[in-house]
Amino acid sequence: MTITETPQGTRRLTTSKAMVEAIDQEMARDESVFYMGEDVGAYGGIFSSTTGLLDKYGPGRIIDTPISETGFIGLGIGAAVEGMRPIVELMFADFMGVCLDQIYNHMAKIHFESGGNVTVPMVLTTAVGGGYSDGAQHSQCLWGTFAHLPGMKVVVPSNPADAKGLMTSAIRDDNPVVYLFHKGVMGLPWMAKNRRSTDEVPEGEHVVPIGEAKVVRPGSDVTVVTLSLSVHHSLDVADKLAEDGVDTEVIDLRSLVPLDRDTVLESVRKTGRLVVVDEDYLSYGVSGEIVATVAETDPGMLRAPAQRVAVPDVPIPYAHDLEYTVLPRQDRIERAIRAVL
Amino acid sequence: MTTQAPSSSSSGAASPGQSMEPQARLDLYRTMVLCRTYEEAILREYHADKGPGFDIGKGLIPGEMHLSAGQEPVAAGVCAHLTADDAITAAHRPHHLAIAHGVDLRAMTAEIFGRVDGLGKGRGGHMHLFDPATHFSCSGIVAEGFPAALGQAFAFRRRKTDRVAVAVAGEGAANAGAFHEALNLAALWALPVVFVVEDNDWGISVPRDLSTAVDSNAVRATAYGIPGERVEDNDVDAVHEAARPMVARARAGEGPSLLEVHTLRLWGHFEGDAQGYRPDREKVHEDDPIPIYEKRLRDAGVLDDELVQQAAADATTKVEDAIEFAKASAVPDPSTATDYVFA
Ligand SMILES: Cc1ncc(C[n+]2csc(CCOP(=O)(O)OP(=O)(O)O)c2C)c(N)n1
Ligand SMILES: [Mg+2]
Repeated sequence: MTITETPQGTRRLTTSKAMVEAIDQEMARDESVFYMGEDVGAYGGIFSSTTGLLDKYGPGRIIDTPISETGFIGLGIGAAVEGMRPIVELMFADFMGVCLDQIYNHMAKIHFESGGNVTVPMVLTTAVGGGYSDGAQHSQCLWGTFAHLPGMKVVVPSNPADAKGLMTSAIRDDNPVVYLFHKGVMGLPWMAKNRRSTDEVPEGEHVVPIGEAKVVRPGSDVTVVTLSLSVHHSLDVADKLAEDGVDTEVIDLRSLVPLDRDTVLESVRKTGRLVVVDEDYLSYGVSGEIVATVAETDPGMLRAPAQRVAVPDVPIPYAHDLEYTVLPRQDRIERAIRAVL
Repeated sequence: MTTQAPSSSSSGAASPGQSMEPQARLDLYRTMVLCRTYEEAILREYHADKGPGFDIGKGLIPGEMHLSAGQEPVAAGVCAHLTADDAITAAHRPHHLAIAHGVDLRAMTAEIFGRVDGLGKGRGGHMHLFDPATHFSCSGIVAEGFPAALGQAFAFRRRKTDRVAVAVAGEGAANAGAFHEALNLAALWALPVVFVVEDNDWGISVPRDLSTAVDSNAVRATAYGIPGERVEDNDVDAVHEAARPMVARARAGEGPSLLEVHTLRLWGHFEGDAQGYRPDREKVHEDDPIPIYEKRLRDAGVLDDELVQQAAADATTKVEDAIEFAKASAVPDPSTATDYVFA
């Protein structure tokens, strides 16, 4: 992958506004699209995922649900089976526990079990991530868990333009797509935000294909493979290390399923050094998958052992200092990069 | 198993508190004042340093904060029938229940401040308060506290005690599968559980009538073959009276019951919630249950100026002591961040 120029006809939007814009455009284009979840109507989504859509499309298509995740996610699956294109919001990914059966035994398996005769063109949106002391049940990423279970595509935008482009693709995809947005990239006014959470977004139709990673910063000395909010922390560190003459390449995975292994391999082949930064738990997850991809292809391309910066296998602590110790923040990323150089 | 028709009470009938001892009513009042004083202090500390603007992750108390102002009648009325040997499971809005149940105020407050002397040594936070001393716990996953109460009740009964477990959550939670599974299981096995539904009309921004197919959760109790009652007013005397036979039934080994109270969310869902969706937000304070109860007790000769001032002063002393304690407690050492995952 190469870096794409910012297209003509853009304006600066927050990630949440860019996400809403994609939903809006697809709802206008396709009557079968509707959005359903808790507090997505008058409230506009707890993380501003549906702001303004109720006024435009009314309660028949922007639907507040009871706190019945098994019920309404299952409902979304059934509607998708009948050819609707539901977008169903699980307020926090952490709540997957109460409705996982619908997600992984139904949404993700129906196409397979039907021998390809039944499709489930549904988007499951959900908020992920920590960094604001929301405790162990409201701060997890869990994308590795979704990605581990076969049958659903998984996308994880880190910035406004990708949020729009991946949402458009997700809605149009004939497969179930889990769309995970980190609260820290949304540009919410009530939460600390990274400076790139408001950025250029193409007007009109904007499609980012699912399954394509992006080199967001080219470099020659070391490859940092990352996703979501950690992309921004990694870019911060890359900028800092550039002052010391270290040229860091940063890859934003953007999609976990399918995973763009080629872009990762191409980069590691070039730099010979790999750091994976992942806000999900360390073991059995994305970081292990990336390292395994390199090891399975050609371990000889690594000139130093790979480093993984992830949440050590501990629930996310509430107290600020504890939480910031376990999150993959800039200090840990910098140490890992220096360790592989 | 007895099946009772769902009933609902309202203050239109004879006032339930009339038969109560004045001291008992004074205690209910004091408990409510303590709960409110606590929430006002947390509100103050929470917002003290969120600026500039409002950054949820900043300050001495970071993170989401769900305060219980307006719902004190439920906590005071139900917990008056319990001892520290009985269990409570609460949800994301737990402070009033913890206080009324006697959870140590200092340790609870230190937890809310994320300090080492907190109930969870700063790991849990305000939605995750675990107090083995009073068998109190809560969970931020809506309705998922109901089943745990069944297990506590099961343990109490296996050990041949008359202890009971009380499972509390909002009306929004009563639409979750865990609630219904718990009701059936508790009814089937006649477990000593009292289910309490705090109907504050709202699940965040979703009004009750857009989330719930029945007017009263008491009918859901009936569906599972157990007694159910809805208290229509946010009246601590009425809650106290309605909870009494339910706790007694559980203690006697006769099985579970369900109490729904039509209570009031005086403030936002969480702090920072502008409540633009809420038509009554300007005048909601008119229904504040504490001044209403205070007036009733004054009229009944149970309260006077001196007792009111004393209740306020006592509450302030306790609460400020807890806040001071929390602030003086150490911040957890980062080198311990991965502790306590396993026993
Ligand atoms: C399983 C689950 N779904 C959704 C949420 C998000 N959430 C937190 S509180 C809340 C509303 C709860 O309403 P209710 O049960 O009436 O309690 P109240 O907040 O009114 O006290 C929601 C939807 C959650 N914490 N857990
Ligand atoms: Mg409620």
